[in-house]
Amino acid sequence: MSAARSTAPREKFASRTAAMVVMGISTLYFLVPIWWLFISSTKSRGDFASTAGLWFADFNFFENVSSLVSYNGGVYLQWMLNSVIYAGAGALLGTLFAAMCGYALAKYHFPGREIVFNVVLGGVLVPATALALPLFLIFSQFNATNSFWSVFLPSLVSPFGVYLARIFASASVPDELLEAARLDGAGEVRTFFSVSRRLMTPALVTIFLFQFVAIWNNFFLPLIMLRDQSLFPVTLGLYAWNSQVNQIPEIRTLVIVGAFLSIIPLIIAFLSLQRFWRGGLGAGSVK
Amino acid sequence: MQITNRKRIVALGVLVAVALSGCATAAPGGTAEGIDCKPSEGKVDLTFTSWIPGIEDVVDIWNKKNPDVQVTVQTGPNGNGGTYKNFFNQLSAGNAPDLGQIEYDALPNFRVQDGLENIASCANVSESKDQFIDWTWNQVTFNEDGAVYAVPQDTGPMALYYRKDLFEKAGIPVPTTWDEYQAAAVKIREEGGYITNFPQNDVNWFAGLVWQAGGQWFANDGDAWDVTLESPESTKVADYWQGLIADDLVSKVPAWTDEWNNAYNTGSDWTWISAVWGANSISSGAPDTAGDWAVAPMPQWNAGETAAGNWGGSSTAVLKGSKHPYEAAQFALWLNTDPEALTALNKGANLYPATKEGLKLPVLADGVEFYGDQKIYDVFAEAAAQTNPDFVWGPTMTQTYADVADGFGGVLGGTGTLGEALATGQEKTIAALNAAAIPVKE
Repeated sequence: MSAARSTAPREKFASRTAAMVVMGISTLYFLVPIWWLFISSTKSRGDFASTAGLWFADFNFFENVSSLVSYNGGVYLQWMLNSVIYAGAGALLGTLFAAMCGYALAKYHFPGREIVFNVVLGGVLVPATALALPLFLIFSQFNATNSFWSVFLPSLVSPFGVYLARIFASASVPDELLEAARLDGAGEVRTFFSVSRRLMTPALVTIFLFQFVAIWNNFFLPLIMLRDQSLFPVTLGLYAWNSQVNQIPEIRTLVIVGAFLSIIPLIIAFLSLQRFWRGGLGAGSVK
Repeated sequence: MQITNRKRIVALGVLVAVALSGCATAAPGGTAEGIDCKPSEGKVDLTFTSWIPGIEDVVDIWNKKNPDVQVTVQTGPNGNGGTYKNFFNQLSAGNAPDLGQIEYDALPNFRVQDGLENIASCANVSESKDQFIDWTWNQVTFNEDGAVYAVPQDTGPMALYYRKDLFEKAGIPVPTTWDEYQAAAVKIREEGGYITNFPQNDVNWFAGLVWQAGGQWFANDGDAWDVTLESPESTKVADYWQGLIADDLVSKVPAWTDEWNNAYNTGSDWTWISAVWGANSISSGAPDTAGDWAVAPMPQWNAGETAAGNWGGSSTAVLKGSKHPYEAAQFALWLNTDPEALTALNKGANLYPATKEGLKLPVLADGVEFYGDQKIYDVFAEAAAQTNPDFVWGPTMTQTYADVADGFGGVLGGTGTLGEALATGQEKTIAALNAAAIPVKE
């Protein structure tokens, strides 16, 4: 930092400009598809085919939304609700399990600790997609495919979350503090929830967000597991609709509006939680 | 001869199923020869997987009429979008639905992997043969004696959609042969338009053209599969379109995109050789051209001939392991022959029936406003009857489509020819069959 301060202002200006340009381009790169999606979701079917993609034609957004939510008995709303439950509850519980597991691996000494941790770490390397088919065959044994649990249970597991929780717990939860809590008579569970959990909050928010996004975007597992469309998450439902566009062209508008609405919960989750996240990163850097 | 053929195919299917599942007990004990098809006792619940939007409403009609046989609809993306893969997963896990929607070009794959029940002995099934358009029946029986593996559902007879107003204005006669089509293409190019576009990824569209030309891509003599992507008819079609592409007489806009819609909406592309269900694709993609279109029979290879191709269509199959094949078969028959069901399927999902009677449905008798009130379905009904009944799909169509589409993409990008794309497709298909231990005729 001090070196940067001492350089000539012009050089600083140039490097800042360069950085801004790079940032601007990547922002544009990421936002243009969302802009396109928004614009397209305001268009009627005729305008969609015949007008420019990046600017408004007649504003039909609310008509489109109302036909989306009424199509096929309002199944889209059901899908959204399903996604919120799969991702919300799944991420919450998944975060809790990851936090407890990572904390235990960081703070307790027991035989086989490193082996357990390495196995979990190995789990980070296995893509979720590769596990979908084995999971399907296992759930088939219990006649549990095509059920809420067949998607929900596998979503609770997050090896990456365990890894993150362990690293963060060893860095941010001092052993002395735990010692003090124990001396004051708090049990291990109470220590975890009242002391360690608070110290680990930034990591937990990160794990929650990662897990929320991972479950929300998880497409392959529901594709393999689910047949009953009242159980579909929104990603699978939209995909199923989209595969019909050639023969039922009316659906195209619904897919676009549906896709646009389906990113809103993710945006809300990020905006409302990033505060905690930033705090966490800051705390880490000062130490 | 027929019986030994069947045994061989069955043995082959079992072999593949075993190889794929890696489980020697997967061989079904004797059921492959046709099942003992009797009604079940008591109330029966069936599951039916289909990706047709609104199919629930049609099934509800059945459920109300048949309180003892209740059908639950399961859904998913279209076949190649994931549902076929799911069927195979479910078949190996032993929890496949009783009934599944399977397109004609995917049926051989399910047959070879022993995923279908032979419902020929179920009441009314074999007897219904004459109700269906001839070629569809061959698709579901594979020309085996005493075998029916699915009930035909819908078809996609092909015809020529064209911009009537533009043809009239330019004084170009509507082409009835492929030579005339090429001549028209030259004139339209002079007018600044394109006669049509060549789609990279719709390889089954191209197969429909080969079908019309009397060609075959596959044949099965009971012992082995004969792969003939380079048959003389197939090569003829490829050379014809290669000529159009080389002379810049067809546009290269990718099908099913905004660009493609736009090409029709703005009148830069003048015709589309497509299936009956394409009627909706045009009216939704090119809304500004309402009333300007008309439908004529496909151009012919020789003047005076009347051959049509087919693009798409599916069947309702009873999947292996169903505990109630009798009821499942009855439902499949009802779904695909009952006028009320066919009308509902047509209204909800634009399905074009596979039965001869179905083609006369009142919903198909009226003129269509978008096509200047022309009774377009009359053209398609004629085409359905003129489709070569002997066309056979192979067991690896997904792979074949993908490999040929790669080649087509190269052609549109300026490298290679359509003929070379077919040659590569041929080579890779044989390799894929060999890899799956499916015998190939040398």
